[in-house]
Amino acid sequence: MRSCKHFAGALIIQDVHVPDGFINAPVSVAAGVAAAGAVAVSLRGARRELGDTSRAGGHGGERTAPLAGLVAAFIFAVQMLNFPVAAGTSGHLLGGALAAILVGPWTGVLCIAVVLLMQGILFADGGLTALGVNITVMGVVTVVVAYALFRGLVLLLPRTRASVTAASFVAALVSVPAAAAAFTVLYAIGGTTDVPVSKVLTAMVGVHVLIGIGEAVITMLTVGAVVAVRPDLVYGARGLTAPLKLRVGGELVDAAPAAEPATAPAGSPRKLWIGGVVTALVLAGFVSFYASASPDGLEKVAADKGIDSKVEDHAAADSPLADYGVKGIETARLSGGLAGAIGVGATLAVGTGTFWVVRRRRTRTEPGTHAETTA
Amino acid sequence: MAAGHAHKLYRHAHSPVHELPPHTKLAAVLGFVVVVVSTPREAVWAFALYALLLAVVAAKARVPAGFLLKRLLIEVPFVAFALLMPFVVPGEQTTVLGVSLSVPGLWGAWNVLAKGTLGVAASVLLASTTELRELLLGLQRLRLPPLLVQIASFMIRYGDVITDEMRRMSVARRSRGFEARGVRHWGVLAKSAGALFIRSYERGERVHLAMVSRGYTGTMPVIDEVTATRAQWTYAAALPLTALLICLLGWTL
Amino acid sequence: MTAPSTPVPPTAAPSLDVRGLAYAYPDGHQALFGVDLTVGRGERVALLGPNGAGKTTLVLHLNGILTGGAGGVTVAGLPVGRKHLAEIRRKVGIVFQDPDDQLFMPTVREDVAFGPAAAGLRGAELEAVVRKALDRVGMAEYADRPPHHLSFGQRRRVAVATVLAMEPEILVLDEPSSNLDPASRRELADILRSLDVTVLMVTHDLPYALELCPRAVILSEGVIAADGRTSDILADEELMARHRLELPFGFVPSSVA
Repeated sequence: MRSCKHFAGALIIQDVHVPDGFINAPVSVAAGVAAAGAVAVSLRGARRELGDTSRAGGHGGERTAPLAGLVAAFIFAVQMLNFPVAAGTSGHLLGGALAAILVGPWTGVLCIAVVLLMQGILFADGGLTALGVNITVMGVVTVVVAYALFRGLVLLLPRTRASVTAASFVAALVSVPAAAAAFTVLYAIGGTTDVPVSKVLTAMVGVHVLIGIGEAVITMLTVGAVVAVRPDLVYGARGLTAPLKLRVGGELVDAAPAAEPATAPAGSPRKLWIGGVVTALVLAGFVSFYASASPDGLEKVAADKGIDSKVEDHAAADSPLADYGVKGIETARLSGGLAGAIGVGATLAVGTGTFWVVRRRRTRTEPGTHAETTA
Repeated sequence: MAAGHAHKLYRHAHSPVHELPPHTKLAAVLGFVVVVVSTPREAVWAFALYALLLAVVAAKARVPAGFLLKRLLIEVPFVAFALLMPFVVPGEQTTVLGVSLSVPGLWGAWNVLAKGTLGVAASVLLASTTELRELLLGLQRLRLPPLLVQIASFMIRYGDVITDEMRRMSVARRSRGFEARGVRHWGVLAKSAGALFIRSYERGERVHLAMVSRGYTGTMPVIDEVTATRAQWTYAAALPLTALLICLLGWTL
Repeated sequence: MTAPSTPVPPTAAPSLDVRGLAYAYPDGHQALFGVDLTVGRGERVALLGPNGAGKTTLVLHLNGILTGGAGGVTVAGLPVGRKHLAEIRRKVGIVFQDPDDQLFMPTVREDVAFGPAAAGLRGAELEAVVRKALDRVGMAEYADRPPHHLSFGQRRRVAVATVLAMEPEILVLDEPSSNLDPASRRELADILRSLDVTVLMVTHDLPYALELCPRAVILSEGVIAADGRTSDILADEELMARHRLELPFGFVPSSVA
């Protein structure tokens, strides 16, 4: 099934499951521990996400397994759905962003982790020792980055369906190169090959920006299609409920709008958010500026002329991590810009995550669903 | 139509390898791969011995070489990557047939190819000698969180159902004269994906109802328990232990 | 053929007793408006009604998946509620419309074993229950097959077995004849007739109802609108038309009954 897709053109757009032996043992183990932790936390979070709301009562209706299982099967199937790109090449969805937006981040991580686990064991797609690396990069990083960005944008933009689709576009677009960058970091720490980190970063991120565009378009359209039919199923769009209608004399009229608790205090978070984005942009601009203004521009020229082998040899030989920060940025202008973009993405992600957690905690400490007091 | 993806992987046979309890096999493969990954790449002979070990297992399991080799194709994208390495890695250069190649690049390519191929081969042997549900039982036995095993087993059970639904939608599209040819048609495909998600999610809800109706309260009842005797463990451990011996030799020699 | 687990004295409580059941979904849509229905032990009753009449909602009340409205359901004298939920779910066997939803385990055997195992059966005892249930639907030789490798009719029979394995007091079937070819439809009818349990069958297949169920009730707009002999109900053209029920072309109930 998978093997039939292996002609040259499709290779680039293939997902990259890291095989055994690509990342050294200590880093693989560390990534494995990180992945196991993330999965453990997600197992707990998914119960809340897919919680029992209407049916089955609190008695014993644990919905996580069947729902997450079916969504995992969906992701698995969608990854087999090939999207024609052009001239005989085709790509397919990685699905991290899609899963996060549709079913929430915890369930999203679980679904991708299970898909990767099964692909590793059944199809030998991705090495068993690299399972931790694969889950961390393709499951955790894509889902977290995509969901944080998505939530942030949904909070920031007007509360409409168009905002939801736009936010899913951006979230998916950034999530793929972010995963590539995360892979590069792991590679920089524990890569077993001597390809210079800067080259890996440029190649990985460059290619994945292209993949990200495809991923973004498909994710956006898919989320849009679901939002149009069953908005209640889109986890990330739960705030968007249609106003209730009343049947008066055979005609539908809008019910008197209930006081919406979510919009009232939204002013301050929105300000906070705009502030956060501005900060992130300034930061990114500063970093990019610093990078291009750094005096090591000579090395870039050297790299372009192909006379860098000697210079970079020592860097690759010992402590690649120490050199990563400088090398990764200065090698090409492109990577500088990308680093900026990723910086914004990462900052947004962290910011939104923190904000989300804080808000969650705040809403939980405030009991009472209808009478919402002003903050 | 319902020919499951699963069944192309598993090769039914009666062999000592097939009959081993699944969790012992899983543990053995994992141990083997860890050992292979930790072997220094300069010990070329060690990798040859590993390959020989796997060949012995394949012979015992009556898995034909052609089948194994065909399944190794999954690795092709990384082979392409590995082949590039001698050209892009900086360092000491050597000349092979008039082409200038870098020595660290060659070592890197060898490292990835050897370890990756052995890993894939070991996984392929596992999947072709162990039935799907056995693998799930094995994972459960190896203390994978039960909820994760449940999710995996639902994914396996409904993977075919959903893939079939996807195929039916594609047939319906094509019978109305639609052929996805390029970027312009992504919208239609995404609509199908959206519809597929809704169907999958709703099916999940119905499955949950069916489970609750039969007394499900969040934990799967234990129906089959797999156990392994000491002899079976020893038999399964032969592979990783021999590999470990080779690995230690590789480090010391 | 198996006898019910315990001999039943004639004064025993009816298998199913629904009293004044009303229910509105959390979104405000009200589906049931006071349903009264009693099904005696060993009866086979067809539940008829147009789409959207509340049939599925009623079925989901029978084993306590939906609760919280007005009125109540009693199964063999046991009120449906939090307290006896496990017991109720064992007694009320629901066969859902799509067998793929019902057969969620990797093999037929495990699927049939799911319910009894959840109730605590283990080992040889469990094995015996599974075998018996599969024998009753004639699917014993398929025990180790994955459900998705069976034909649709076979899957529905296995779905019936998964419920029979729990020795239910009452078997509730949601559209049992849908999507079956004529031979599978007849085979399933033979199986259902051979069973010695109370049956409540939700169906749009009126000839099937007539064939299997001596008694029929019509659920319409959330209440029981008619209750009587199936042949009488199907012959009442005015009643049928009022509740959007139609016999297949050329089918005359009196010629069969």
